Amino acid sequence: MAAGNTYTPIKTVTLSSAVAEVSFTSIPSSYTDLVLVCNGKMVSGTANNNALRFNGDSLTLAQNYSRTYLYGNGSSAFSGRSSNTTSLAFPYFDGTNFNITIVNIMNYANTTIYKTAISRNSQPLETTTAEVGLWRSTAAISTITITRGGSINFDTGSTFSLYGIAAA
Amino acid sequence: MSPSNIGIYASQISGHLVNPAYDSIATTTLSTATASITFSSIPATYTHLQIRGIARGGSGSAAIRIRCNGDTATNYAAHELYGDGASASAYAESGVSSGFADYFGPSSAGANIFGVGVIDILDYANTNKKTTIRSLSGYDNNGSGGIALSSTLWNDTSAVTSITLFYASSNLVQYSSFALYGIKGA
Repeated sequence: MAAGNTYTPIKTVTLSSAVAEVSFTSIPSSYTDLVLVCNGKMVSGTANNNALRFNGDSLTLAQNYSRTYLYGNGSSAFSGRSSNTTSLAFPYFDGTNFNITIVNIMNYANTTIYKTAISRNSQPLETTTAEVGLWRSTAAISTITITRGGSINFDTGSTFSLYGIAAA
Repeated sequence: MSPSNIGIYASQISGHLVNPAYDSIATTTLSTATASITFSSIPATYTHLQIRGIARGGSGSAAIRIRCNGDTATNYAAHELYGDGASASAYAESGVSSGFADYFGPSSAGANIFGVGVIDILDYANTNKKTTIRSLSGYDNNGSGGIALSSTLWNDTSAVTSITLFYASSNLVQYSSFALYGIKGA
């Protein structure tokens, strides 16, 4: 078996001020999967589904996304879905604590398949969520944009790190 | 952006060795529909294994099963928390001949749509522990799909040297692809 070191940090964004949007651009196509690690909060407010989009869809707001999710709120478990949406609803942050969302974007540069991302989201005072999302495009992902879901910005100190994993 | 390898560079301490923490071991991408994918001769030099992949079944069930070391005896038990977009459910098996790798796409998914999953196998070479496997997997088909969190016990203390992934009732379709990674401890 061949072996090679991978799980390469591509870029980390640490917010020094509150912003509405974070982008990763010019993502190289040399990896197999991407892992987006988010540890963030909103400036204020309660739980907020934010918006993850690929390759400039934040400008066109094309309805090329869908998702299926599973979550527990401390007393019950639920599942739901959204179809024909303009984004994936990652990451989940609230305005009280720093929350964790880790998104695996699988085969992101494969131009023969639609892109599927799968995530786990941890909001320890509210919910734990798993979510799978589809972007109906065969384009290689070269840009990832994370936009606030409402009118409240991402808070100072929020971090967004992108890693690349290359298969042998 | 200027990528750099993750890990601790020994040269930052002394000498010039690199101590990478996450290695790509092997990858299998199917050129034709195939019943199973097996990673064999897995070295015992890592602490944990991770399998990352995309797949779809040819027909029938959307669940991929996992076996260690070719063991087809009833040495597996598994739990699953699953959501189908309408409701959440839990499921368990015990005394079965394989575990859950878990919920990838069925044939009813579109041709361009593959389920995805990340499977962790912890302390796979520790012969004092029975092996526990966990996975996060799912697929979405814009109106259908599912997502699952699962755990599997292989009731055996042998070091894991081979892993087989398969659908219980169908082939893995062409272009299904799984990659095996090794994670080192300090």
